[in-house]
Amino acid sequence: MIEIQGLVKNFGSHRVLNELSLKIDSGSTCVIIGRSGCGKSVMLKHIMGILRPDKGSVRVDGKDLSGLGERELNALRLKMGYVFQGGALFDSLTVGENVGFGLIEHTNIGRDELLERIEESLSLVDLHGITNLMPSQLSGGMKKRVSLARALCIKPNLILYDEPTTGVDPITAASINELIRSLHDKLKVTSIVVTHDMKSAYKVADRIAMMYHGKIICEGTVDQIQNSPHPVVHQFINGLAQGPITETIESGMKVS
Amino acid sequence: MKIISYSFFISVGRSVRTLLYYLGGLASLTMQTVHQIFVPPFKGYRVMVQIKKAGFDSLPIVILVSLFIGFIFALQSAYFMQRIGSEMYIASLVALALVRELGPVITALVVAGRVGASITAELGSMQVTEQIDALEAFASNPIKYLVVPRLLALIIVLPILTLFADIVGILGGYLICVYKLGISSSMYLQVTFDSLLPKDLNTGLFKTIFFGIIIAMISCYEGFNVEGGAEGVGQSTTRSVVLTFIAIIIADCFFTAIFYFVFP
Repeated sequence: MIEIQGLVKNFGSHRVLNELSLKIDSGSTCVIIGRSGCGKSVMLKHIMGILRPDKGSVRVDGKDLSGLGERELNALRLKMGYVFQGGALFDSLTVGENVGFGLIEHTNIGRDELLERIEESLSLVDLHGITNLMPSQLSGGMKKRVSLARALCIKPNLILYDEPTTGVDPITAASINELIRSLHDKLKVTSIVVTHDMKSAYKVADRIAMMYHGKIICEGTVDQIQNSPHPVVHQFINGLAQGPITETIESGMKVS
Repeated sequence: MKIISYSFFISVGRSVRTLLYYLGGLASLTMQTVHQIFVPPFKGYRVMVQIKKAGFDSLPIVILVSLFIGFIFALQSAYFMQRIGSEMYIASLVALALVRELGPVITALVVAGRVGASITAELGSMQVTEQIDALEAFASNPIKYLVVPRLLALIIVLPILTLFADIVGILGGYLICVYKLGISSSMYLQVTFDSLLPKDLNTGLFKTIFFGIIIAMISCYEGFNVEGGAEGVGQSTTRSVVLTFIAIIIADCFFTAIFYFVFP
């Protein structure tokens, strides 16, 4: 289980996360929705322990990340996979070395088994015969799928997806959604998906949480979110140009 | 007048604060890097890759630059030495200047411009594309993975490159003196070897270890602190080269003073 309590994060004078609290059950898929720049990726980086909170706590499987030393934190990270928004593949390594990175760095796995795991992970995302290519030779969508294969290769219990379907064609987006769903159904992997693609959110989510001004303002099942009376949620999920979100921005601009 | 003096002090105060903040960050990165050198696992091949990039690949440009420095120094010395009839001491001047000063400093500046800039640009690009976050996400310490191999490689290759620069620079002086100024080959070599003491070579090479540390740490620190995409990478790379050049010259002055006053 992941438990976030009163999480606060400031970058300079700008408060990105403002007393954010959220609980995610093991084996479930939670989708975090919200406007660009509202702090969704920052929240994911706190769960991974890449960023440290200014206040509040993040607990993964009962362990408070702030209290862990580097070794314990790394042991926990090896049970998690992270699919970065832009792929974040290592430029200097081949696709195969990228996918097998976690295993190469942290296990004594044999060469044959390693190659097998790399091929297996790549085939899960529908990629074949590209292990010797460099990331610069891949398209944006392929980079994203390789990033997903890299996360899957270490067989994690928890996968964090940072906008997995942004910038990919609709067919690839659908196959990524199906993959997220099948990992949940077959392997009971806990997933946290950050997205503003509502089609994808409805398809993969067990629960959806909406972030606004650095905190969770609404959380519930897909049906509950779709029927939410909250005006901010209503405007966001229906993609309306008029509503409380845009009014706040406009009034802010007028004041400034 | 009062307003001017207040704003002047505020501005000086801000500059000092920025400088202290920068030096603090640099010192912190250096300490963490030294700590990570001794933390297992030890992966020597990463250091070898960096030795190739920083050392072998820099060798042609170091040789070219030091050869021309040898030419220039011999010609400039000849201008005055011929007037006082002491052409044969050109060899001493070239050898001492190159081994004690020009060889180490020119090599460090060439490596700072070539390798240091490339380190900042590479790490900066990794920072803006979240590759450094990805290293952490896969339980790899970015300092151990990226900074330690670069630091060790520069500490190893800079003295070796300097040795090449010293030899090639002396060869440059030799070519000018023997084929242009008519000094005999045996005389040139004898004066060169007579004027050089082991201490001259040792002090020159000793400094380069610190120059290697300066290049590695400033370049990596700037790379890790890139902000704002491609423009930020460009700004950090420029700042890295400028700061490394300044730091190398200041460190050189410091070591020269120590060797002159403390170990004469």
